Amino acid sequence: MYEGALADLIEELGRLPGIGPKGAQRIAFHILSADTHDIDKLADALKRVKQLVRVCEICFNVSEEDRCRICRDPRRTDENICVVEESKDVIAVERTGEFRGRYHVLGGAINPLEGIGPDNLRIRELMTRLQAGETKELILATDPNTEGEATATYLALLVKPMGITVSRLASGLPVGGDLEYADEITLGRAFEGRRVLD
Amino acid sequence: MRRRLFRDDAVVLRVQKLGEADHIVSMIGRRHGRMRAVAKGVRKTTSKFGARLEPFGHIDLQLVEGRNLHIVSQVEGIDLYGRRIAEDYAAYTAASAISETAERLTPIEGEPSLRLFQLTLGALRVLADREHPPALILDSYMLRGMHDAGWAPILVACAICGLKGDHRAFSIPAGGCVCRDCRPAGSAHPSPSALELMRALAVGDWKRAKDSVVGVRKEASGLIAAHLQWHLERDLRSLSYVERS
Repeated sequence: MYEGALADLIEELGRLPGIGPKGAQRIAFHILSADTHDIDKLADALKRVKQLVRVCEICFNVSEEDRCRICRDPRRTDENICVVEESKDVIAVERTGEFRGRYHVLGGAINPLEGIGPDNLRIRELMTRLQAGETKELILATDPNTEGEATATYLALLVKPMGITVSRLASGLPVGGDLEYADEITLGRAFEGRRVLD
Repeated sequence: MRRRLFRDDAVVLRVQKLGEADHIVSMIGRRHGRMRAVAKGVRKTTSKFGARLEPFGHIDLQLVEGRNLHIVSQVEGIDLYGRRIAEDYAAYTAASAISETAERLTPIEGEPSLRLFQLTLGALRVLADREHPPALILDSYMLRGMHDAGWAPILVACAICGLKGDHRAFSIPAGGCVCRDCRPAGSAHPSPSALELMRALAVGDWKRAKDSVVGVRKEASGLIAAHLQWHLERDLRSLSYVERS
């Protein structure tokens, strides 16, 4: 079909997640017809992201420095650590504006079927952080699925004997939705986690 | 061409991420054996049935038949064991190994396997109900699963000559216990208690099984796992994560 540089570009784009052969072809032709300056900016951004971005040495969130913006922020408390699976989850929690503590990015969830055990995650590093003794509460914000729940169970088993409060994010009804459309599992969890109105 | 709709009840064995918000669900159905289906949009918080398609759940579902992968169109939960299992880490690791074993014991998709379906469902139910230690449930499941597949280790006679009795040597290539005259070179010599435990687990004698000590359980589970993996001709990835303490 296509040959040379265009074929190479379509093949490389097709390797990206969520992009199929048609999508790769469409993006390749867009690049071909786009302004050279814009494409230089894109190529530069791709190169820079690989050269500059690494993980924070404390929380393992993505960062361009040894310590990420959140770990460097002196206004945030060391007493609360929120444990998430991926860096994307840090952004999701940050968007709430409700949390002023630090984070710890595990790098996934325990999933024996995929060959991911506790040793493949940054659990040892989390335990080292907790042993420093400044943490009072560990908030487990792993995904609300079976792997995320099992990871939270495992972490709670490890951390509770250290005298640190371990909490889990609540599951429940989405804001703005109708009760009648909630599935029975989510509604059941919302009932379990109901709160007394002051 | 209009695609066929069909319905079955199934146990969810595993889910894998697909694209932005979809899952590929691997399951074993009562009538259709092992199946894989795409569940669209289930990773979004607005999904109507994502919670019902979590691993280890017993579900009633309607599927649109596909050439390689079916498509999930409707799901109702029958018994969703996933959460209760995930609340016990040892149960979770055992359930993962049960799921992987079920997948490996059903190499051909769409081939009915009613006994394995019932066995898998029963094992997950007792795991969720904390009826027995998780590692014992897993070992019993593997022994009974192998029995259905025709590879059960022979434990009450010599696997080579058929001489009845509680023989002491165990040979995986020979197919189980072997008598003194037949035992091939390299046969294992497990403790009589370990073989006794394997006999108890094979028939579901939980009282005898639970009387065993940790060392004997580890010895028996090692033999069971080695026997299963020898017949499957591949390792089970999840077995190394099973909590056996």
